[in-house]
Amino acid sequence: MSQLVKPNVGSPGAPALLTATVIGGLVFFFAAMFSDDPLYQFQAWIFVAAAVMASFALTAGLSAGLFSNDKDRYMDGVVRAGVIATMFWGAVGMLVGVVIAAQLSWPDLLYFPEVGWLNFGRLRPLHTSGVIFAFGGNALICTSFYVVQRTCRARLFGGVLSWFVFWGYQLFLVLAATGYLAGITQSREYAEPEWLVDLWLTIVWVAYLLVFLGTIWKRKEPHIYVANWFYLAFIVTVALLHVVNNLALPIDPLHHRSYSLFSGVQDALTQWWYGHNAVGFFLTAGFLGMMYYFVPKRVERPVYSYRLSIVHFWSLIFIYIWAGPHHLHYTALPQWAQTLGMTFSIMLWMPSWGGMINGLMTLSGAWDKLRTDPVVRMMVVAIAFYGMSTFEGPVMSIRAVNALSHYTDWTIGHVHSGALGWVGFITFGAMYCLVPWLWKKERLYSDKLVEWHFWIATTGIVLYICAMWVSGIMEGLMWREYTPQGFLAWSFIETVSAKHVENVIRTVGGAMFLSGTLIMIYNLWRTVRLPSVETRDALSAPLPAAA
Amino acid sequence: MSLWKHHVKLERHSLLLVIGIVLVVSVGGLVEIAPLFWLKSTIEKVEGVRPYTPLELAGRDIYIREGCYTCHSQMIRPLRDEVERYGHYSLAAESMYDHPFQWGSKRTGPDLARVGGKYSDGWHRDHLMDPRSVVPESVMPPYAFLVQRDASIRDIRAKMKTMTALGVPYTQEQLDTAEADFEAQADPFSMTAGDLRKRYGAKVVNRDFDGDPERVTEMDALIAYLQMLGTLVDFSTYEAGDPANQR
Repeated sequence: MSQLVKPNVGSPGAPALLTATVIGGLVFFFAAMFSDDPLYQFQAWIFVAAAVMASFALTAGLSAGLFSNDKDRYMDGVVRAGVIATMFWGAVGMLVGVVIAAQLSWPDLLYFPEVGWLNFGRLRPLHTSGVIFAFGGNALICTSFYVVQRTCRARLFGGVLSWFVFWGYQLFLVLAATGYLAGITQSREYAEPEWLVDLWLTIVWVAYLLVFLGTIWKRKEPHIYVANWFYLAFIVTVALLHVVNNLALPIDPLHHRSYSLFSGVQDALTQWWYGHNAVGFFLTAGFLGMMYYFVPKRVERPVYSYRLSIVHFWSLIFIYIWAGPHHLHYTALPQWAQTLGMTFSIMLWMPSWGGMINGLMTLSGAWDKLRTDPVVRMMVVAIAFYGMSTFEGPVMSIRAVNALSHYTDWTIGHVHSGALGWVGFITFGAMYCLVPWLWKKERLYSDKLVEWHFWIATTGIVLYICAMWVSGIMEGLMWREYTPQGFLAWSFIETVSAKHVENVIRTVGGAMFLSGTLIMIYNLWRTVRLPSVETRDALSAPLPAAA
Repeated sequence: MSLWKHHVKLERHSLLLVIGIVLVVSVGGLVEIAPLFWLKSTIEKVEGVRPYTPLELAGRDIYIREGCYTCHSQMIRPLRDEVERYGHYSLAAESMYDHPFQWGSKRTGPDLARVGGKYSDGWHRDHLMDPRSVVPESVMPPYAFLVQRDASIRDIRAKMKTMTALGVPYTQEQLDTAEADFEAQADPFSMTAGDLRKRYGAKVVNRDFDGDPERVTEMDALIAYLQMLGTLVDFSTYEAGDPANQR
């Protein structure tokens, strides 16, 4: 209130957004009225509710003059919101994971014959999307918004557009999550949402690209920093993957269901081209962008090698896109495509380790921080898990190894060493950095709790992936085992019951990882409540003056 | 080296960087996926593969809705143990009308590509109602609610029309009789089942799949789908060793 005269440059986007919201709300209102498909109505009403809430928020914000676009300050409100959303969805996604692991351990206790929406088949997409897109996606959006402003020394482009990206993405997540529980799915792994929600995500994603690119256009630095290359590759490629893999024909504009444009073998390769590059570009390139900003910043050392960054960036994005067919070894996919996929998957080992080396060696001269700073330790272990799982991946893509590992728990263990170890830990590291920076605190509430988080979560990961290695290789060997008389040694159900102990261990490991996350949420919440080091006026950080 | 200097152009020009990224990430997909659409050898020529009957199509949509693909594959690999456990390895032709494909990626439960005809309708019903009543060690969820829900007949014609637009060869006659065929297949005493077989082939059976003659439930549709899986191709006429079938 001390500053009555603000350099208000207006908010041209907000009235336009308000108009679009009202029109969109009306369209979905009529769509809900005219549709005779209850699931479509369900989603249309969510859209209407979101439009009503957004209209109120926008109207109130406009009349209170909240959308002033102060060009001299970074836009950090949307980043703070992203940090909170990351924490929330992380807890939800991991909790659902623990629940479905427990369902496989104790099916008699955790299934209810009359309640279809609590079954494994509907909860599993909720877990995968919850962790990948809700937890990981929010972490990527909020860190990219933070990093692109700092490394370009420019405020986010588009004013209220970045808030549209944030809330639009939350709406996508709510629609996807409730849709899975209600039985809306197109059965494409990690791309389960149906056409209506896919279209919505496309709009949000284009806005995201616009905000990110626009900020780069406004930059006051001559060079685009390496972290932004990775974020940009992630945003652009995910857009491409999302659109192609979700090409589908709705059975009616007022019906939730659609059928994919492709069928059988072509559809399978399109899906796994998408599926593997959801790993490659969402869970790898994006999080490498995170690594390239937060690791050097935290250890106060420059990135180890500029040339290695260039080589590993271009080779990583070129080679990753080929790796999809290794999900279809020995299937009805033509063998030439399988061989190409395997070859490029093995080659992928090199750029992956290039990134690992570049990240780890950034600590040169600062290795002591591993001992003194638990946040640094978390990020270094993340990079170590990245190296481990990007070695395991090429091994599993070899056709002969895949003959054993495919369809088994080994794949699940592999994906979790990447998701919990790499994606989880690098995100936790970034969040531990961001919260004190964003809320202007000198330090975290408790380094001791970070230690607890680190050790509980690491033990959880080790329990989880070891259990999955054992059960995966065991069931793979049991499926192919013959008696001396030449009969198959085991019936299928014997291989299911053999995995009970491993399933219990995995549930415990997952629960430990979740507990670590809850400790972090508590720690970060207490950090936010610490007294700030600066006055309220400086809440949003001012841009540094151009040199 | 001068090559590094050239990279500076990309670092200083965001649009060039975006174009570079798009070009680099497009190559792999174009080389690997695009040829599958025109190479004739991608899908074998086989006898017997037909579009799903209306009831099977409704059942397939329930299979998708419940996320069965998260635990069951429909793709038998040409490995000795799999062929002995599940039957002849899967052919590309067998899923050529599957929009989307259901090959799956995980076997928490067994492969279902050739489950059709292996168990009785009654076994499937009991197993879906309460899996542990017939397989005590099973970890599968129960699907008892399927017997209480009517299978959706209202949108079946729209679904088949969409499939036709995507290239599935339903005839005009099949589209016109969608609802009648839907009901005929779930009725063991149907007078029009002969027409159903004329339209979809002699192997199509009309039975009361869920044991409830009063109505056509989702259980009927799902079991009808499961009971036809992998039964279409006549493997007595299929020559795996034929060079045309070596891919």
